[in-house]
Amino acid sequence: MNHPAILETTEAFGETTLIAEPSQIVDLCRYLKDSEKFIRLSAVTAVDWHPALMKDGARFEVVYHLHSIERNRRLRLKCRLSGNDPEIESVTSVWRGANWYEREVYDMFGIRFRNHPNLVRILMPVDWEGYPLRKDYPVHGYKYGYGNE
Amino acid sequence: MKKPPLFEEHVATIEALPERPESPAAPRRMTLNMGPQHPSTHGVLRIVLELEGETIVKAEPDIGFLHTGIEKECEQKNWQQAVTLTDRVDYLANLSNNLCYALAVEKLLQLEIPPRAQWMRVMMTEFSRLNSHLVWLGTHALDIGAMTVFFYCFREREDILRILEMFSGQRMMTSYIRIGGLALEPPRGWQQAVGKFIRAFPSKVDEYEELLDSNPIWKRRTQGVGFISLEDMLDLGVTGPMVRAAGVPMDLRKNEPYSSYDKFDFNIATRTENDVYARYRVRLQEMRESAKIIAQALEGMPEGPYQADAPHVVLPDREKMKTQMEALIYHFKIVTEGFRVPAGEVFQCIESPRGEIGYYVVSDGTSKPYRVHMRTPSFGNLQGLPNMLEGILIADSIAALGSMDFVLGDTDR
Repeated sequence: MNHPAILETTEAFGETTLIAEPSQIVDLCRYLKDSEKFIRLSAVTAVDWHPALMKDGARFEVVYHLHSIERNRRLRLKCRLSGNDPEIESVTSVWRGANWYEREVYDMFGIRFRNHPNLVRILMPVDWEGYPLRKDYPVHGYKYGYGNE
Repeated sequence: MKKPPLFEEHVATIEALPERPESPAAPRRMTLNMGPQHPSTHGVLRIVLELEGETIVKAEPDIGFLHTGIEKECEQKNWQQAVTLTDRVDYLANLSNNLCYALAVEKLLQLEIPPRAQWMRVMMTEFSRLNSHLVWLGTHALDIGAMTVFFYCFREREDILRILEMFSGQRMMTSYIRIGGLALEPPRGWQQAVGKFIRAFPSKVDEYEELLDSNPIWKRRTQGVGFISLEDMLDLGVTGPMVRAAGVPMDLRKNEPYSSYDKFDFNIATRTENDVYARYRVRLQEMRESAKIIAQALEGMPEGPYQADAPHVVLPDREKMKTQMEALIYHFKIVTEGFRVPAGEVFQCIESPRGEIGYYVVSDGTSKPYRVHMRTPSFGNLQGLPNMLEGILIADSIAALGSMDFVLGDTDR
């Protein structure tokens, strides 16, 4: 695999992880789908590294799990995003299945996907405030606290 | 023939009426709300359907009614406690979820699981596959109008639940598969119970097949209904029996064997018709294959311990705890703090009754999971629902919906 957007490749537990440049994510995904036969996008998710943050000061990691049926291989693709106003290009133009997964990431982490066809909350109610899977979000939410009892 | 005068009078009145405005070129569209409380969605799924006459032109699933924040909750529990949450994800395939989570964490811990526990895990997950397929077949047939099959399927399901109860003390939320092995030693006399069930079961599958396949209504309502192209399915993340009914032998038990599935002899059931009937045939065949696997597990169950030799992870024996100092210390540490898992991340996929389950587990080296993401098959499958429903009749939508076999808890987590 050779693409300018790949910053780093690591192997652990028999799984390959690529760390990619967020600005070229669509280009890289198209390359992986067309040339490397990763025709399936298994899932998209994110990890919040608040408050420790990663080495380069990034807070979020968007994680793409790819799967190639033909080569029987899996690949993990990660992009690092900063904490204020995290935004990345949507990969729905490459795999249509990214639609709901990106909505879920938006719903849970507040990461915006540019050019997403329908970026609204999917699991939480549409008028919900806050992003539940962020590490600074309390487990019981903001509305119901047990602190004063 | 001479028309009666009354008729001519009538025609004259009609002709005298002012001309009606022309009807619009497209028939009027109607929006129909289906769910979230609809008997055929088997849970709280809401679908907004746009109809032209009786044809669905647009379908939009609305999910999230059963969101319980399991992923967030996992971050609050310690590693072993989170097993009980994975049960609650999918109430029909709880053992598959247990297994997937346990395998992911064991990969991080680099634990070696003894063969007996591995085989037992295979047997138990196959029981949960049978359980899930039986519930699917019964309720799906009930939706389409065949009532008897439901009772027959639930009769066998009850036997399975009794076996699960015998092993784990619980009928549904078993949490039987734990990190490091199994929760309990298999009970005395389990061979007889499993053997009795597995000898009788194949003939029961024939019974369902005969009941449904000799029914012309069943065939009419399922054959050629609910088509969705293979390209769409792979692009949208649909997995499991749906894909296998379109001719792709994608089964992670064979493709990426885990928990010693490679030691078992079974076939991947595939069909090529890609309709509701094909999915029914695939699941029926899978039940037979599962029964074969359980029979093989019963036959060749290895002897040995049922938990890994890892005192820092597995709770010590009660007897040892009372006589050995180290065992007592380990017990105290595991119960009060939980064990620590080295920092790292893994993505473990297994084949659940519905398709590909994937657990993405991230550890930061503490005694609690840092992040657990569940790639659930129902979520991926439901994304293909609009493609399947658009263009078919609303009466067929029930059959098409049912053939997908989703569990809403699995979708919303």
